[in-house]
This record gives sequence, C-alpha cells and structure tokens, in this order.
Amino acid sequence: MKIHIKNGRLIDPASGTDAQQDVFIAAGKIVAIGAPPQGYNANRTLDASGLVVCPGLVDLAVRLREPGFEYMATLESEMDAAAAGGVTSLACPPDTDPPLDEPGLVEMLKFRAKNLNQARVYPIGALTVGLKGTHLTEMAELTDAGCVAFSHADAPLTDTQLLLRALQYAATFDFPVWLRPQDAGLARGGVAHDGQVATRLGLAAIPVCAETVALSAILLLARETGARIHLCRLSSAEGIDMVRQAKHLGLKVSCDIAIHHAHLSEMDIGYFDPNCNLTPPLRSQRDRDALRAALADGTVDALCSDHAPVDDDAKQLPFGEAETGATGVELLLPLALKWAEESRLPLAQGLARITSDPARVLGINAGRLTPGASADICIFDPERYWKVEAKALKSQGKNTPFIGFEVKGKIRCTLVEGQVVYEC
Amino acid sequence: MFLSSNPQLNKHGELHHLLSIEGLPAAILWQILDTAQSFVGVTQREVKKVPLLRGKAIFNLFFEPSTRTRTTFEIAAKRLSADVINLAVNVSSQSKGESVLDTVANLAAMQADMFIVRHGQSGAPYLIARHVGEDIHVINAGDGRHAHPTQGLLDVFTIRHYKKDFRSLRVAIVGDILHSRVARSQIHALTTLGVPELRVIGPKTLLPSNVDNLGVHVYHDMAKGLKDVDVVMMLRLQNERMQGSFLPSPQEFFKFYGLTADKLALAKPDAIVLHPGPMNRGVEIDSDVADGSQSVILPQVTFGIAIRMAVMSILAGN
Repeated sequence: MKIHIKNGRLIDPASGTDAQQDVFIAAGKIVAIGAPPQGYNANRTLDASGLVVCPGLVDLAVRLREPGFEYMATLESEMDAAAAGGVTSLACPPDTDPPLDEPGLVEMLKFRAKNLNQARVYPIGALTVGLKGTHLTEMAELTDAGCVAFSHADAPLTDTQLLLRALQYAATFDFPVWLRPQDAGLARGGVAHDGQVATRLGLAAIPVCAETVALSAILLLARETGARIHLCRLSSAEGIDMVRQAKHLGLKVSCDIAIHHAHLSEMDIGYFDPNCNLTPPLRSQRDRDALRAALADGTVDALCSDHAPVDDDAKQLPFGEAETGATGVELLLPLALKWAEESRLPLAQGLARITSDPARVLGINAGRLTPGASADICIFDPERYWKVEAKALKSQGKNTPFIGFEVKGKIRCTLVEGQVVYEC
Repeated sequence: MFLSSNPQLNKHGELHHLLSIEGLPAAILWQILDTAQSFVGVTQREVKKVPLLRGKAIFNLFFEPSTRTRTTFEIAAKRLSADVINLAVNVSSQSKGESVLDTVANLAAMQADMFIVRHGQSGAPYLIARHVGEDIHVINAGDGRHAHPTQGLLDVFTIRHYKKDFRSLRVAIVGDILHSRVARSQIHALTTLGVPELRVIGPKTLLPSNVDNLGVHVYHDMAKGLKDVDVVMMLRLQNERMQGSFLPSPQEFFKFYGLTADKLALAKPDAIVLHPGPMNRGVEIDSDVADGSQSVILPQVTFGIAIRMAVMSILAGN
C-alpha cells in the first residue's frame, strides 16, 4: 500500500520541521518527504489541505484494563479510543488484574494488541510480584517478553530497602524504572489535595509532602544506584523544583505530568465532582501553573493522558468512595494544543511533548517523521473546535472532568505502519 | 455541571435543598431563623402540631447510625403533620451491596417528598440531590466531615436567643475542627451572619490546613483563645480520635482543651457555652460547666426542633 499525504502542514518536532510538505509512504515506511521518489505511484492520496501532519502521538500512560477489568473497558474499545486520539504508541501500566508480573501475561497482551493492528503497545512490567512490594519480578524475562520498563503503578511501595534493591537490580541491566512518587503513609485515607477545597468540603487530604517525601527518597536512591528513573504524574510545584534540581545535578531522571494536572486544579472539584477524584489529587492553582511552566521549559519531559476508563457504577458514588481516574486518551492532542496555545508556544514545541519527547522517555524509535521511519502518523485539523461529550467518546469509560469543554484540534486520520487505523 | 450553579437553590434563588450553609445568602439564614422563632411557640403549646406538611412523606435516610439527630428530625416532621418513615440504611440495603443511588431511586418511586440524609462520606447528599426528581427536597443531616447545616443553624439560633446581635460578638469554637462537620457549618453560619471575630482553638493535629481561609483566627492555647469571648462552642471528640496519631490520650486533651470553670472564667462573665452533643464529660467538657449556669446545651436541643421544622416547611413551600 502506497499512500501519498499531500498539501499538509508537516510538523516534525524532532527535526524542527514546520513546512508545507508532502509525505510518501510505501510498505509501512515513510519513503520520502517533499518530492516523491522516482517511479512512485500512490494507491491512495490523502488530501491534508489545511491540516497538520505530525508524528503519531506517544502516550506514556494508557490503561487498557486487560486482563482483569474488562467490565471497565476492553482492549478493543481502548485501542479504538487510542486510534481516535491519534495515538500510535502507548505505554500501559502494570496495574491490571493480575498485574503484569509474568512473561506469559505480557506476551498475551502484546499478542492480542498486535492482532488489532492499531497502536503499538509497550507494556510496563510490575516491579514487584503482584505489585505487593515484597518480591522482585523476573525483570530480564519480562523484558524479553516485551516490557520496556518497570513500575509500581499506583500501588504502595512502603519498604525502602526493597526499593533500593529493585533499583540496584534494574540498574544492573539498565532497565528503566518508572515510579509515581507518593508516600503511602502520608497519603493514607486521603482523596483530595490538602488545601482550601478539601478543608471546605471536609475531604480527607493528601498533603504535598506525600509527593516530596517519596520523591526525595527516590532521588537519593537513584543517585546511590545509578538507576534510570522516570517519575510519573508529578502534581506539585515543590516536586517539580526537586526534579529540576536533580536534572541540574546530572541525575538520569525524566518525568511526566497528566493532562488533568496541566489544566485543572482543586477548584474544579466544585460540588464534589467524582470525575475530579484523580491520582495524584488535583492540587492548587499555583501547583498547576508550576507544572505548566515546567512542561514548557522541558523540566517535565512529556504530557500523558493517564487514561483510566472507569465504569459508571464505580463513579456514581460519594466523592471519597468513587474510583479514581479519568478517561483521556482521546483528549491528549486537544489538551496539549490548549496548553501550548495558552503558553504561547509554537505548535511544534507543544507537539514535541506528546511525540518525540515521550518516545525518548520510552526509548523507542518513534515520534518522528523521517524517511526510513515507520509511517506512524497523525493528521489533524488544528482549527476545528469540538465539544467533549460522553457519547462521542470511543473509550468505554465516559468519566472525565473535561465533559462539556469546548476544545480545539480534531484528529482526521491516524496511520500506524502505513495503515489507516482511524479517519473521520 | 458541578460548578455552574449552587445546587441548593432553585432558579428563583430560593432554597430547594439544604446541603450546606456555605454559599447561602444571609437573607435565607434570617428567613430560617425567623421562621424557627415562630415555631418555638408551637412547640410550647399543649397541642404541638401544625398542619403545614400534612400528607407529605418524609424519609429519614440514615446511612450512618444516629439517634439524636434522627429523632429531632422525626419530631419536627410530626409536628408539621408529615408522615415520617425511618430507614437505617446502614443495616439494610447497604449491607446487601445496593448503591446509594439505587436506594434513593427506590424510595423516590414510593412517592417521597423529602429526604433527610445522613452519610459517612462528605458530599453524599449532593450526589443524591443531583439524582432525585425536581419535586423532591434533600436535607443534609450530616455528611462525613463536610456539613451539618441544621446543627449550625440551631447553634446560631441559640446564640441569637441569648445574645441578640451577631455583629458585636466574639465566638470561639474549640476542639476537633479537622473532623467536624458541625464546626464547618458553624463557621459558615457565623461568618455569613456577620460575627466579627471567630476563633478556632485546638492542637495542630485537629485543625485542617488553610482553616484561616474560612475566615477564622487560629489559636492553640485555650487561655488565649477564650479571652473575652461571648460564646464558647465546644465540639464532640470522637472516640476513635482520642488516642493514636491525633492525640496521645483523652486525659491530655482534657488538660489542654477541656472546658473547665477555670478556663471559662477567662471568657466574658456572661459568656454562654454550647455543645452539639452527645457530650464526653471529662474529655472536652467538665460536668460543672456542662450543667452550670452558663450552659445552654439543653435549650439547643429544644431549638433544634424548631429549626428543623422551619427548614422543612420552607423547603416544602418553595
């Protein structure tokens, strides 16, 4: 299949390209940009006039809910959602049931995902067996099965000695470790940021120090062990400052934030909106501003959707009993564009945080448009406004605090390995 | 949906549900207090009934055990001639795994006119109010740590009874502010009615962060906090907070934050003492004070019925 994408505005953040150029695809790869190769005859031509052609998006946190949580969402529904969101590579956390702690589970997930011929799935293996925080998993075996990193998802990891050994072991083989910094004791029982909203609404609170105390332990152990660390879903200005300092000192750390924390704050809880019950909690407006600035200056490497589809029954509960998380993979692009526009950044820089930068974090060859690269491409209308509505979302999870938001940037076409997997 | 408008008010700005005192205009609070005043007379008559809510079905929906509050709501509803149905949900459907909204939908289908809701989770009455039909009213009878609006109202009613003008008062709230829905409702009621100086007194483990944002002055020393106050509002200390990570022991709490005659002597000579009950004598309050001449704890209970009658009749009329 040869596809010619013509008249589009091609933006490739990795190379700094932002120009009207055609893309020529053959046998799943980009064969030329600008002028066609000799003798090129397209089977299909996609007219991208007025549209942006950019690398397929790379999302660092998409829960596919399989195995174990099929009542919340299925691989089919969430891979559809990813394609509709322009996402062509995604990392899925190990918090399934059972967790991704055995090679067989990982192989099955990869196999099932591959058969769908949609986004590439990069499983993150469990750091400990059953995410129980007591025994290390067979990291080398899991890597052979397809895991690209190891994490503890949102499960508590209270044993610091075990964390030290996990990092030492991972460092031995140079396996990246992804950690969401949260001290389990300090966060115990909490459901909202320890700030004025939790005080007013009488919600049990999670203080900022739950993040910073854990973060300081992780950063010290990272220095001690030399492990490659990626910090997931930072939420506070203080946490960002610590990462900035660590990077300045030359530590091998990267980090991401979620779309929710880039746009919302504790205020959005309003009158107990359970869609705003998120992990980590939405923090103050000052924290949000610090996260947005850090995403702009590169302290934060990537913006992710932290996609977590939840069924209605688990959300239609009092705030503190509602399941945490929100669906988001279909909102990654428009919310990245919103942040970039509000921060007065060039489109290319905004797109970098959801393409080439997360690809670098993942250590995969994706997120760029160059001849020879796999044709993973996202084509979108940068000026088209649309309203986020539950029934229009492909994801089985309809839970998001962004319902009713008017957003800008509509995916027109998604290609994975030269195949159109979504178009509208 | 969750930010757009105050879910307690109808489109005319009248009270439709009573979920929290926060966000209510002073005029509505005055309306409730004045209406309650007119009901105080009724509760003292020989025939203690008025026909205002005749034929209305009021469901006491208690997801958390309570005797006192449930009883006062029941008495209030009966004095308004309503039919009252008591449901202790914590021992029936919830233990069978039915969700809050299913329980409420079933009761609504039985032609309920009003739900009095108590729930252990902050915000649960909001969830219910969002899902009931337009003609059903919801009254929050205490949700988690969030609010207990009728308690807050009966407290300010009691204060008005003894002190007349809110605008010259110095009021102190003492004890476990962090876990107290009563304290939050008291704070909103008192600030809305124009109390110029409101203090909270307690150890740092029992004060929420940013509590000063609610318009209160924070004290950790009881002697300083009670100095020259007109009103002392004690809070109940829950048993499970008495020892552990919040406090070392009830004895130590009593030593520093228990209200004794000595400490009360620091307040104005005519200061009144309130307590939402049930009291832990010897933990947050000494018996001498609880039963003393400055205590208005029993009148609070009496006024509580008038306040609940007022709230129910106003909601039913809107």
